[in-house]
Amino acid sequence: MRIGKDLVAAAATPVVLGILAEGESYGYAILQRITALSGGELEWSDGMLYPLLHRLERLGHVHAEWRQSDTGRPRKHYRLTEQGAGVLTEQRRQWSVVGEVLSKVWPDDGGPRMRLAFGEV
Amino acid sequence: MAPETPRPAAPTPAGGHGPGAPDELGALVASWRAWMQRHDAVNRADLDELESHLLDRVDALREVGLHDDEAFLVAVKRLGAVDELSHEYARVHSERLWKQLVLDGEAEPGAADPGARAATSDALDRADAAGGRAPFWKRANGLAVALALGVGAGLVVTSATLVGADPAFFLRNATLLVLPFLAAWFVWRHRPPMAAVLAVAGTFVLVGVVLNVFPWASLSAVQAFGGAVADTELLASLGAAVALWLMTGVVYSAGRWRSSDARMDFVRFSGEWLVYYVLIALVGGALSALTIGVFSTIDVDVAWFFGQWVLPCAIPGAVLVAAWLVDAKQRVIENIAPVLTKVFTPLFTIMLIALVVAAVLQWNIVDADRELLIAFDLVLVVVLGLLVYSYSSRDPLQRPGWFDRIQLVMLVAALVVDVFVLVAMVGRTGEFGFSPNKTASLGLNLILLVNLAWAAWLQLGFLRGREPFDRLERWQTGYLPVYLAWAAVLVLVFPPVFDFA
Repeated sequence: MRIGKDLVAAAATPVVLGILAEGESYGYAILQRITALSGGELEWSDGMLYPLLHRLERLGHVHAEWRQSDTGRPRKHYRLTEQGAGVLTEQRRQWSVVGEVLSKVWPDDGGPRMRLAFGEV
Repeated sequence: MAPETPRPAAPTPAGGHGPGAPDELGALVASWRAWMQRHDAVNRADLDELESHLLDRVDALREVGLHDDEAFLVAVKRLGAVDELSHEYARVHSERLWKQLVLDGEAEPGAADPGARAATSDALDRADAAGGRAPFWKRANGLAVALALGVGAGLVVTSATLVGADPAFFLRNATLLVLPFLAAWFVWRHRPPMAAVLAVAGTFVLVGVVLNVFPWASLSAVQAFGGAVADTELLASLGAAVALWLMTGVVYSAGRWRSSDARMDFVRFSGEWLVYYVLIALVGGALSALTIGVFSTIDVDVAWFFGQWVLPCAIPGAVLVAAWLVDAKQRVIENIAPVLTKVFTPLFTIMLIALVVAAVLQWNIVDADRELLIAFDLVLVVVLGLLVYSYSSRDPLQRPGWFDRIQLVMLVAALVVDVFVLVAMVGRTGEFGFSPNKTASLGLNLILLVNLAWAAWLQLGFLRGREPFDRLERWQTGYLPVYLAWAAVLVLVFPPVFDFA
């Protein structure tokens, strides 16, 4: 299953902010984490993460800093700012509303039409 | 990591892909960076970040057994399509598409937009982009050198005013005093071979000697620069300006003056330089007027200071500053001269057609007086200027379009005007004999007629798909020496032939 482009784009900000809420990280590690968390389902081309991170940095949601990695390579590390944490809380609230709505229109047993829609008939 | 990719930001990448790794990967990464740098929206700090990511990915892939080159290919592929990536960067950093020339870029690493400078390829710029390590005279594309030369030109002109040179001296020597500094700037910037430098220096000396040794007739009815000036003297000064400017192009092109491309580059430079010079002059004039006005409100007269010091220093100095600007921003901002050309070509075409119609209806161009005929020559020069500058920015592979048709109409109208003027000139010459002015404009007219006629023919061929665009361009660049030759005739031959009248 591939998750649609629009949905990936919509989920990108809360996912990235959520990962940064676990602690400071850098681009490659963030992508690894996303892959691990979604079991490889949530994926977008590696490069696309960086413009997103820059947008978040510009908005003040994250703070970026260049550090030296163990291998000697420079690495840009990102960490959540207080403002970013606030945004994350707000996004989380919005996503739970969406989730609740979805869980209501997609009840577990569904009913006949819903079973049809999910190919269970 | 390949050393030729210069690093701007504080976190200078030191190790690259780790010790002992073969250089093959370094070369691959370097070429990938060079490719990415062409995209305006991605700057050097972004590339550092992407490169770090790329190498992380490569490391991971190598651990599962891929070879360097395989790992590299996969890693690049995973980064995503370059166009999409660049588009995404552009969405986030739209300001980068409006390139600015940052004068103090090196003061704060990372603050400037190094991508702009990275695009330029010559060694100077590379040293420049390396930031703090470059000596100060190489920073900001050699601003310090340009300023020093500009001050030098200003000082030379100012000291000439101070020793009380007469206006005719300035008329003759203005270009001789200023252009050597411009040529020196090109010598420093473009490193021409010694033969070219000597040829240009020789021309300057020759013209300087000729203009100041010729016994100009001191009494003349013509007034210029607030003093009496002989006709041939005025013509020779104009010729000297044209000839020396074109010779300066020899050092600009680093001695490659035989190459059509190099000539076109100099033509581009000249157009941009003119635009920048006019802009600087306008702002400088406004600033001076404001300063004088503000001081006069508190009853302090500073006008004399401007007349005696600021103008003689600023007018020659701005020549160098404008030249530096053109060089420095070359690839940072799109050129403006071709844009002006695009706007004015249709308007000028309408004006020429109206002129032809009016002349046919009244048939009075032939009786027009001398100044008017010279004005018509200038109109034709402008037509050629519009033509050449539109060539200078045209994509040679593009198919002919509406603009090329307008150009053909403009050329034909200009040809008709040229023939009218020629008839009038020949008529006047037959009536009054050869005077220096009439002969000079007649010669210029013939030169322009030949150029316009062949240019129109080539343009027609191009529209019908029979001529490649390259030939049109080569015709114009190949014609530059003709102007140089005619200017030389004005300087060297006219004065003795017309008795320095």
